[in-house]
Amino acid sequence: MARVVVDVMLKPEILDPQGQAVANALPRLGISDVSSVRIGRRIEIEFTGAADPERVREIADKLLANPVIEDFVIQEVDEPAAVPAGDPS
Amino acid sequence: MTARVGVVTFPGSLDDGDAARAVRVAGGEAVRLWHGDADLHGVDAVVLPGGFSYGDYLRTGAIARFAPVMESIIDGARGGLPVLGICNGFQILCEAHLLPGALTRNSHLHFRNRDQWLRVHAASTAWTNSFEADQEILVPLKSGEGRYVADAATLDELAATGRIVATYLRGNPNGSERDIAGVTNEAGNVVGLMPHPEHAIEALTGPSLDGLGFFTSILKHLAGAPA
Repeated sequence: MARVVVDVMLKPEILDPQGQAVANALPRLGISDVSSVRIGRRIEIEFTGAADPERVREIADKLLANPVIEDFVIQEVDEPAAVPAGDPS
Repeated sequence: MTARVGVVTFPGSLDDGDAARAVRVAGGEAVRLWHGDADLHGVDAVVLPGGFSYGDYLRTGAIARFAPVMESIIDGARGGLPVLGICNGFQILCEAHLLPGALTRNSHLHFRNRDQWLRVHAASTAWTNSFEADQEILVPLKSGEGRYVADAATLDELAATGRIVATYLRGNPNGSERDIAGVTNEAGNVVGLMPHPEHAIEALTGPSLDGLGFFTSILKHLAGAPA
């Protein structure tokens, strides 16, 4: 069973108003040394068998990302699903 | 013979009923099409209505673009079938690469719901031939992801080839590049428009009757088109 992670980010030249809104909220937490925040999407895919890199690429290019406005990075990972940070168990 | 204009219903479509009504008020026959049925039932043109198909999951229009009905519409559009995408329909047409560019979150992050003045530039498409060039019209706008973006080369080409169908007047409501509210493909059969002409066809419910022009245009286009 293969696990693949696809990270999708808006291209650098595309305005990210969500990221800007988060950046503008940071001073309310007393944080003043952040110059930019950009928000993307992380997609985890589990295959029943091995992951064919070409097919993963097709999934990312055709559906997960819109190449007109977004870039994507594909990573194959072996570790089990991450435990959320801060989880005491 | 009365022109038959298909109106697609996706899970989450909202304005399919109004779009079908606008077709009827203009004098056409509205044919309801279902997202899961690849059969276009012999319609002469198609409207992709507004709404939130598939809950806007992933990106607006991204999942609808792979619906069985869309495979037939994409094939048809490449062969000259007139297609009008309104709001979510515009987003679907961009995701299907039938129109250039993409629609992204409004720059101010707010959902914008208001009556919006537009200038119709391209008055020669299948969906705009009832308008005069540079005519100003008033139709409702209601969208959270209506900001049209494309790279500079694409925007220059759209402007140079007269493919910007409409621009926002008296204030850009969402940060769209070059105030773009609608664009068309090279052949002029596929048009995407962010505001909602189907809500401006009757004095009782709309701010004007200006929206009706899109629906009378397609009937005029089909009446003149060779069989």
